[in-house]
Amino acid sequence: MKKLEVSAIEEGTVIDQIASKSTFKVANILDIQNIDQVVLVGVNLSSKKLNKKGIIKIGGKQLTQEEVNKIALIAPDATLNIIKNSEVVRKFQVAIPDTLEGIVRCFNPNCVSNHQMIQSKFHVMNKNPIKIRCYYCERHMGGDDIELA
Amino acid sequence: MVLLKNRDIISILDFTKEEISYILDLSKKMDKQRHTDLLKGKILANLFFEPSTRTKLSFETAMKRLGGDVIGFDDPDKTSTAKGESLKDSVKIVEGYCDIIVIRHFLEGASRLAADTVNVPVINAGDGACQHPTQTFLDLYTIKNTKGGLEGLTVGFLGDLKYGRTAHSLAYALAHFNAEMFFISPPSLRIPKDYIEQLQSRGVSYHEVDSLSEVSSKLDILYCTRIQKERFADPVEYEKVRGIYKLSRTVLDNLKIGNDLKILHPLPRVEEMDESLDSTDYAVYFQQAHSGVPVREALLAALLGALQ
Ligand SMILES: [Zn+2]
Repeated sequence: MKKLEVSAIEEGTVIDQIASKSTFKVANILDIQNIDQVVLVGVNLSSKKLNKKGIIKIGGKQLTQEEVNKIALIAPDATLNIIKNSEVVRKFQVAIPDTLEGIVRCFNPNCVSNHQMIQSKFHVMNKNPIKIRCYYCERHMGGDDIELA
Repeated sequence: MVLLKNRDIISILDFTKEEISYILDLSKKMDKQRHTDLLKGKILANLFFEPSTRTKLSFETAMKRLGGDVIGFDDPDKTSTAKGESLKDSVKIVEGYCDIIVIRHFLEGASRLAADTVNVPVINAGDGACQHPTQTFLDLYTIKNTKGGLEGLTVGFLGDLKYGRTAHSLAYALAHFNAEMFFISPPSLRIPKDYIEQLQSRGVSYHEVDSLSEVSSKLDILYCTRIQKERFADPVEYEKVRGIYKLSRTVLDNLKIGNDLKILHPLPRVEEMDESLDSTDYAVYFQQAHSGVPVREALLAALLGALQ
């Protein structure tokens, strides 16, 4: 019998294949401390693909597109499993869109997007490894520079 | 076919090789004819949220030579911005007063925001350390005039390549024309990695060196930039590099120089280029400064649909 490292949920979303060290960043995106249904978080679970992975299971929750886009930036290998009646009804990998609006903060302190009441906007130049260019100031940002808005 | 009517001029990255060449051809046309009525009855708004006298005068001259009028300001302390008005509101209001807006701003990306906000064409006259595309067009225009073309030149960039936005934009533009590039700077003022990556992805042949003497014999163009004191957070770092390059007639006499080398500089200069150079055939920087007028005439007339 397969050993379950994190117990199953009946309804909701399972975010699997998160790089272990990014698990709590993903948890922050989802604001899990303010969810009143079951939330299970596992880290350092064994994974063939990632060696060690994290997993987050959230009862009753459907993710918004914005949340999915944010997760894609932090954990590009993550997969989403939609659970209904204890069965996976849909499974897909997160994907970074070609433009990011309002979800990343420009790291350039002199960028107009940090001074006026406007949404930040980035053109995605490369998805893996992630490389983005600010629509306004044209600065390039990658990996560690990326800070969610 | 290149259509410039109602376009904005925000970043050199927005322009294809064909469009750049077309703008330079239009500039040549404007250089030959002075004082026309092409833009009679049109109004240019010069919005200088950061002062830059020369750029402002150059746009004013261009508009007036085409028969148009100019309104605007260059003292941001006296504008509504100082009272906390948003940039969007400022440009939306001015949009109703004019046919075209030229904007200079201390925030990077401000001109892009302005262009997205209004329906009249917007020209970026410099935003922060970011872009100053009309400067790049006039640099290209000068190089083309002095060299007879832009294709396949060997170009040296000298000085502050870390903060020197004019050098960055020119390098991007010249990447379209198969230039071989030499970046000459002290290690602390090297061109940022982002730009190098961009040039690499476009297959540009480039070299980074410390001293001009290593490469001077190979150059068709030497593009000098000022080491800008105001860009240094630490004055000690500035003192380490100030005056590291001092071009003079004597310095050039002692270097191996390529045939027909031309020296450009966006000006103002401080101590990096001695006046003894001014009377030599190398110096084209005053000609370069004057090119700003026909290039800006061409852009104003094209964006307003008076020239195609
Ligand atoms: Zn930015």
